Amino acid sequence: MSDLSTDTLLPDSTRKPLQLDGYRELQLPDSTRKPQQQDGYRELQQPDSTRNTQQIDGYRDPQLVARLLQRIEQLTERIKASQATKLPAVQPATHPSTLRLMEVCGTHTMAIARYGLRSLLPPEIKLLSGPGCPVCVTANSDIDRIIALTRIDRLTVAIFGDMLRVPGSSTSLAERRAAGASVEVVYSPLDALQFAKEHPEQQVVFIAVGFETTAPIIAQTLLRAAEQRLANFSLLSALKQVPPALAALLQDPRLALDGLILPGHVSTILGLQAYQFIATDYQMPAVVTGFEPVDILAGITALLEQVNAKQEGQVVAIGNAYHRAVRENGNPEAQSSIQQVFASQDSVWRGLGLIPQSGLALRPEYRDYDAEQRFQLDVEPTVEPRGCRCGDVLRGIITPPECPHFGISCTPSQPLGACMVSSEGSCAAYYRYGIQFA
Amino acid sequence: MSVSEQIVMAHGSGSTMMRELIDEYFLSVYGSAELAQGNDSACLKLATPTTELAFTTDSYVVTPLFFAGGDIGRLAVSGTVNDLATSGATPLYLSLAFIMEEGLPLSELRLICQSIAQTAAEAQVSIVTGDTKVVPRGKGDKVYINTAGIGVFLSQRPLSGANCQPGDKILLSGTLGDHGITIVSARENLNFSTNIVSDVAPLNHLVAKVLQAAPATRCFRDPTRGGLAATINELAAQSATSMTIEESLVPVNPAVQGAAEMLGYDIYQIANEGKMVAIVPAEQATAALAAMRTDEHGKNAAIIGEVSGPPASGLPAAWVRTPFGSTRVLDMLVGEQLPRIC
Repeated sequence: MSDLSTDTLLPDSTRKPLQLDGYRELQLPDSTRKPQQQDGYRELQQPDSTRNTQQIDGYRDPQLVARLLQRIEQLTERIKASQATKLPAVQPATHPSTLRLMEVCGTHTMAIARYGLRSLLPPEIKLLSGPGCPVCVTANSDIDRIIALTRIDRLTVAIFGDMLRVPGSSTSLAERRAAGASVEVVYSPLDALQFAKEHPEQQVVFIAVGFETTAPIIAQTLLRAAEQRLANFSLLSALKQVPPALAALLQDPRLALDGLILPGHVSTILGLQAYQFIATDYQMPAVVTGFEPVDILAGITALLEQVNAKQEGQVVAIGNAYHRAVRENGNPEAQSSIQQVFASQDSVWRGLGLIPQSGLALRPEYRDYDAEQRFQLDVEPTVEPRGCRCGDVLRGIITPPECPHFGISCTPSQPLGACMVSSEGSCAAYYRYGIQFA
Repeated sequence: MSVSEQIVMAHGSGSTMMRELIDEYFLSVYGSAELAQGNDSACLKLATPTTELAFTTDSYVVTPLFFAGGDIGRLAVSGTVNDLATSGATPLYLSLAFIMEEGLPLSELRLICQSIAQTAAEAQVSIVTGDTKVVPRGKGDKVYINTAGIGVFLSQRPLSGANCQPGDKILLSGTLGDHGITIVSARENLNFSTNIVSDVAPLNHLVAKVLQAAPATRCFRDPTRGGLAATINELAAQSATSMTIEESLVPVNPAVQGAAEMLGYDIYQIANEGKMVAIVPAEQATAALAAMRTDEHGKNAAIIGEVSGPPASGLPAAWVRTPFGSTRVLDMLVGEQLPRIC
């Protein structure tokens, strides 16, 4: 084990054996280079110096990446060797020769593609994308509800740009906008609120799409609207919660996962506590990590450690390779914002179907701000796009190039399904960065 | 604002008001001898006998009109000068046509015209003909400018993107993304607490310096809309080669990089208005780079990649090698540039 310990990676770390949750040292590449700044990996405050992108941040240090890759290779060998000698019962049921790891979050999918990490990993490691792109998992019926809103007079739909081109049953918001509907792209729900204030003659409906990451700011926006008694602002919620979807995934026997790379942003809100069931109920190795190459590879390293430990009969625990952002309890203030404004409700996910208690609806006391209460919506019957396999992609059953439409009848300019539209969609990530060619 | 302080319909009517506007705001600010002649068309003299001219046109509709590092006037001159320069031509003459919306403050028009004059002087081009139109309020967006330009080939055959050869080096004259991020942060009131500034500038002198130092330079291209990604893909397609960019060699202002990542934009797809890509044979690449760096708009120039043989059938032609040794496709923008969701 000593050859695999963390201290071989960092010259100045204290010599101690690796623990499953012991990646704090790995997360501080600055310690080997220069004093750590408070949030020292963006350097947005230092615009004068022109430097190459690779140096922007220690979490993109090619040397550290190379050392982590070496570690991952060693661990993969170790797991394979162990698999060969262990009883079949501890092997993954359907895919004995590969290590199937799922990155749940769309931002991870995009980062893995952008940095070309897949091609650097040992061939045994198969990274699958999960249902962590909020645009992609928004059901067709929800898109149709938004489109129905655009048919109401003197109503502006305020929405994140990613949603514009997602095809609904018969049309998209981009097409509705071109036809004259009022669709405003916003960067933040607060922009929608501002727009409502500036356009008192218009009803403004903010489309709440996203996970626990976006929910707190949306909750705060709604509270502000209520405080200001803004009569022309309302909200249509298609918000979703990650943990119930993970539970649904883990119950799917076709997946046969070996480990989960848990989302970083969502975890800053929820904390590690939200994932305990993954370890206790499913004994599934799982690690939270961030979005830089070093984060992702450190996360995979920690995950492989867990897989190996599980092989050796140890109990798994949720790992944290994103110490600089994620705490055990998350962000309690953000959590209470969500709880103040929203209540769990059943929600339909594209590809995963109805997942109990996985959505967030406005609490009854905020019903006045619920667009569905305020407006009579004439929603067209939902038609799923024919032949689209987004659902299988979102569940990790197939990778994007395994879909017969990928790159042929479904491209970013002519998308068949949401996974090809969103900047976080796994089909878009594969297509955009040419993973099928790499 | 009183009528006397803003553009009104009469300014485009052929009246004395229009005459006065032209005299006071255009002729006296950026007028050339040709413009002053007052004829319906300018008669241009070419100093050298030449059989080939470069001729280009572009329209400018940027919002806001004024942004950190520039304005629509500087953009309108630089854009057309740069389009001429990319072919190896020496830009000489520009036309300049305004379409103004009723209500445009004259104070803003004056600033734009001063900026046009200053940029034209910087580029050493003359504005020799122009036009003024006014549209009713609500039918335009303050002011649109169209410029067309004529350049001549002095010692140089016209350059073409089709000339790129395997083994050539790809040079970039400076940092990527500055203009696009400046505009989006101004437009969306993002207020980044940094001094991100547009790079808009005429680059004909930079091009001339490179051509003098590296006469075998295959071509130039300015990575404007669609950014470096569009430029590299176009050049590779035009010359039936493949091209690979080394990510670690691409100069980017960290503030711009940070802003782009925050907004979910790809730095390679963001517009630049004061940058030049040059494709240069390997043996002259160092000389070309040194020449670029002597120009004030080329201080951060770098060799960022290489041209190789045609891509295998079905494979993309433009690639990025990451600092980690992996490669990915250098993808072009699809549709609008949109902010990310989370």
